[in-house]
Amino acid sequence: MRILALDSSGLVATVAVIEDENMMAEYTVNYKKTHSQTLLPMLDEIVKMTELDLGTIDAIAVAGGPGSFTGLRIGSATAKGIGLALGKPLIHVPTLDALAYNLYGTDKVICPIMDARRNQVYTGIYEFSNNTFQVMVKQKAVSIDDIVGALNKIGREVIFLGDGVPVYRKRIAEIAEIPYSFAPAHLSRQRAGAVGVLGGEYFRQGKTETAADHQPDYLRLSQAERELAEKQQAEL
Amino acid sequence: MSKEKDITILAIESSCDETAAAVIRNGREVLSNVISSQIELHKLYGGVVPEIASRKHIEKINQVIEEALSEAGITLDDLDAIGVTYGPGLVGALLVGVAEAKAISYVKNLPLVGVHHIEGHISANYIEHPDLEPQFLCLVVSGGHTHLVLVRDYGKYEIIGRTRDDAAGEAFDKVARAIGLGYPGGPKIDKLAKEGNADAIPFPRAHIEGSVYDFSFSGLKSAVLNYINSCQMKGVEINRADVAASFQKAVTDVLVHNAMQAVKEYGIKKLAIAGGVASNSSLRNAMREACEKNNIEFYHPSPVFCTDNAAMIGVAAYYDYINGTRHGLDLNAVPNLKLGERQDQPQ
Repeated sequence: MRILALDSSGLVATVAVIEDENMMAEYTVNYKKTHSQTLLPMLDEIVKMTELDLGTIDAIAVAGGPGSFTGLRIGSATAKGIGLALGKPLIHVPTLDALAYNLYGTDKVICPIMDARRNQVYTGIYEFSNNTFQVMVKQKAVSIDDIVGALNKIGREVIFLGDGVPVYRKRIAEIAEIPYSFAPAHLSRQRAGAVGVLGGEYFRQGKTETAADHQPDYLRLSQAERELAEKQQAEL
Repeated sequence: MSKEKDITILAIESSCDETAAAVIRNGREVLSNVISSQIELHKLYGGVVPEIASRKHIEKINQVIEEALSEAGITLDDLDAIGVTYGPGLVGALLVGVAEAKAISYVKNLPLVGVHHIEGHISANYIEHPDLEPQFLCLVVSGGHTHLVLVRDYGKYEIIGRTRDDAAGEAFDKVARAIGLGYPGGPKIDKLAKEGNADAIPFPRAHIEGSVYDFSFSGLKSAVLNYINSCQMKGVEINRADVAASFQKAVTDVLVHNAMQAVKEYGIKKLAIAGGVASNSSLRNAMREACEKNNIEFYHPSPVFCTDNAAMIGVAAYYDYINGTRHGLDLNAVPNLKLGERQDQPQ
């Protein structure tokens, strides 16, 4: 089974090819957000280096959100175009699930946080129980105080990771009542390897979708929709 | 002698609020032209909301492409190239089409041709007029653009006049809103104006000192709004049809006047119109009349090729393709791309 994986949901652009138990290639860049110009050339690079015949891949795994709206769409449109051209299905991997999967096997609670602006983070709570990945709190957009409050209630040691860490490091120190640490640099951001491995699990469970049906899960309405809803609420 | 090989191009357009794909053969023959319009969605907000437009594009794009291929009775394997709009337009919306087109062109190893949206609009005239060839003058009028363009050759454009402020279509939308017609304003004003007197209200015709081909519509728009306000203050009931007709005539007069000045000055014998406002009946009639009077050949696309569509992008892509334009995997959306500007990269 061969999975092509990509993630451009945040500041990182990352692509990988996973073949069964083997990660043939992974290319991750966390430098300037120019995903529209870099993502496909990066993919081309690893395809060339691994002499990969794209026709032999079984599915395309993509970080399906949340994340930067535009970044998600670049990844999504790229995956949809590849899926359409190859006639292969897509695998929608929740961004934060894949991020948490970086910390495979830890006995601690995993809390990925992405800066979502407007004083919120995209986050979720995860653990490995007998080396099985478990979602304790599904990914959502909340304040840092809310998610740390939930972690305090769980009462176990936590590892934080994601691009929200530098933004909220101070606030976490102020309100966390549990022991915690931050993931080291090589594990702390989106990696297509994790998207691909988790995507492979989904593939085996038959959780795929057609390239035509795939669309990002933004976890948020657009500003215009939000304002219209607020206005209608106020008029009631 | 053997027949020259056909060139078949898949074109993708997502610069604003239409998700569109088309298949074009040899630059002039439309094998399919699929458009998924979002207009109903944006009506709620009185105009196009960029984030909503982008979300709709990603939802529809594969379906639209697959439909365009199946209507044309071909598969990706029958294509010679892929054309895609990469500017100008809404950046988030453009990016969907650009990323999709790049991915398909990469997997199928097809040449990629990035197309300028307005060059697409101009090229829409080639579809139904096999006799039309450069050079000719083209008036491009839409919600976002008002340009007088001299088409010197395929792919060679010279802007000789442009709006200094609002686009003509933008003025239509704003006036439509002011008289309670809603979005999109162009077709609604066109319809209502048919019941009104175009000479009822003397709205101003702006001419720019020193640049005879440029346009300005913000003064006209303000004059309409002021007229409505003063009527309301005096308690005089507004005849909306007269306002629509008089406003539309003021826009049309200026567009026709500048276009006629230009064809005379440049000694051009052919004039085309393009863009969403090119389907306005008053503009068409006035321009046809003026062209007949001045012995100029007049061209305009059918309404379906005036508003945003991918067929026109496929036509422009064809001429760029045979001229050797190729874009790489790093092609980006360029929201303020200039007409005639090329960001060519060797493949």
